[in-house]
Amino acid sequence: MARSVAIEDAATAERNVQYQRPTLRQQTWYVLRRWPVLPLFVLAVFILMSIFANLIAPQEPWRQNLRGRAAPPFWDTQFYDDNPRLEQRYILGGDHVGRDILSRLIHGTRISLIIATLSLAGGVIVGTTLGLMAGYFGGWLDELISRAVDVWNALPFLLIAILAAITFGQSVTNVVVLLALAAWGGVVRNVRAEVLSLRTREYVDSSRVSGASTARILLRHMLPGVINTVVVLATLRVGGLILAEASLSFLGAGVPSSSVTWGVMVSEGRQFLNTAWWIAVFPGVAILLVVMSINFVGDWLRDRFDPRLRQL
Amino acid sequence: MAGYMAQRIVFGVMSLVAATLIVFVLSRLQGDPLLLYAKPGGYGVSEEQIEALTKKLALDRPLIVQYFIWLGGVIQGDFGQTILAERDVRTVVFEKLGATIQLALTGWIFATLVGVPLGVLSAVKRGSVWDYAGRTFALFGQATPVFFIGILGILFFAVILDWLPAGSRPVHEPFWPAQFKALILPTVALGWLPAATYLRLTRSSMLEVLDSEYIKLARAKGVTSNWVIWKHAFRNALIAPITVSALIMIGFLEGSVIVEAVFAWPGIGRLAVDSIQNNDFPLLTGVIFLFAILYVVGSLVADLTYSLVDPRIRYR
Repeated sequence: MARSVAIEDAATAERNVQYQRPTLRQQTWYVLRRWPVLPLFVLAVFILMSIFANLIAPQEPWRQNLRGRAAPPFWDTQFYDDNPRLEQRYILGGDHVGRDILSRLIHGTRISLIIATLSLAGGVIVGTTLGLMAGYFGGWLDELISRAVDVWNALPFLLIAILAAITFGQSVTNVVVLLALAAWGGVVRNVRAEVLSLRTREYVDSSRVSGASTARILLRHMLPGVINTVVVLATLRVGGLILAEASLSFLGAGVPSSSVTWGVMVSEGRQFLNTAWWIAVFPGVAILLVVMSINFVGDWLRDRFDPRLRQL
Repeated sequence: MAGYMAQRIVFGVMSLVAATLIVFVLSRLQGDPLLLYAKPGGYGVSEEQIEALTKKLALDRPLIVQYFIWLGGVIQGDFGQTILAERDVRTVVFEKLGATIQLALTGWIFATLVGVPLGVLSAVKRGSVWDYAGRTFALFGQATPVFFIGILGILFFAVILDWLPAGSRPVHEPFWPAQFKALILPTVALGWLPAATYLRLTRSSMLEVLDSEYIKLARAKGVTSNWVIWKHAFRNALIAPITVSALIMIGFLEGSVIVEAVFAWPGIGRLAVDSIQNNDFPLLTGVIFLFAILYVVGSLVADLTYSLVDPRIRYR
């Protein structure tokens, strides 16, 4: 009897503790610390920009205008007062032939994101398939695939990419293929290691005993097990791919310079650093923002879904 | 261990063969190299000369034979002559090697001096201003393209402030201050990303070590804080950054191609890009061969340092 009273007392005491609703500031801080809100927002903005580039861009990205040659960004009102015949303000300035940098940036998002997505998808699909096979079948197939990865990783990628771009001609397809080739190696290694441990699990044995085909085991029992690792790895790689694409374009070996990409814009603006810094700086900042946001999201995904990949 | 070494060396050689094969095939696909030998405005190239050249370069033989002829020369240390300047490939490459090595060394020193201490600091004072500063530094290093760091550096320190030169390597001037000044911007551009890598690695392994039992024991015994950090923790935390050092050196090769293009630095990376643009395939294959050797040696060294630094790791 006495005991139940004691319990009731404790319960009422707990109920009587004043529950303080966290202030708005505390709540905001909580969400911001736990979720990559800002990076996701930045990424969303860039993705929307790339989809609706035609609607958002204030001017045509290719239209040249000699009056707006090296026009400064919008805050230099002096320039725009002096040149009243310039029909439109260049929000982020104009480049050396008077093309609107903001519009080019917006259109450039499209190519950068498309290339990164496609090459990542290619690299990840090939890498995962090979990794699954190497890990599951083992033996000579494993040796062959692992050694191929070793050999491939020991090649100076950038030089070979430049050479290939010049040999086969510069096109978006070629860049995608080259970057996919750069991405698959790391995926194979991690997926293979994962499969090696998954393969010995009992549920795999029992599904084999109950007559599941190899394809079924691979697709229904192995793939879901490695998908976490793959997603995390993929997110951590996108940033690198965007940087690689920009570097190739910067060196003049990426997509043809007639199409708008951030790397090409930076490389064009390089010659005008002492007269019009905005030509090179804004596209560079765009690369920085996108890659940094993706890295944030990747780190977050890794901590949440696959903390073992910590060392990456 | 010996077996593992032998295995690694065999795969290294395979990588080299693959690299040269890829480069050789790609560079031969680029169009008729004979046309390059015809000098500018060379209308007067006669049939006989072309035939003689074809013979000399073995261009009339199948591609695979051409490759083995080239490979035979390479094994004897003969990379042939460059097409444009008609000079020995080896001499040209070794001429430019110094500039790249200098840049890679200073870049590495920068990365180590910045990355490792900042990593320790941000681990020891976790959550402090130092920690946030270090992490911001690392974030920017990992997200900024190498060429953009270079361009921002030129913009601020060469164009606006006019403190440092915008590029090139003043070989004929004394090291101090002219050459030193010219080195600063390329070094930072090249070294920022590796510094970020060092920082992250040092920080995470330092945190791990500081959390271990023997550190707690040392603290409980009354060892001073500095002694615990530098003598007990730091030495063990250093394993991770040391093991990636060789890989970081490899990364410098890739980085040097871009940095040398931005700063007009007369090194191997620029030589490679130039040779691609000039369609100078003997030179290009020579450069890529050198790169591939450095890559293979680098990853071998990286693997070996694991077991040297951390005896707990064994190889089959």
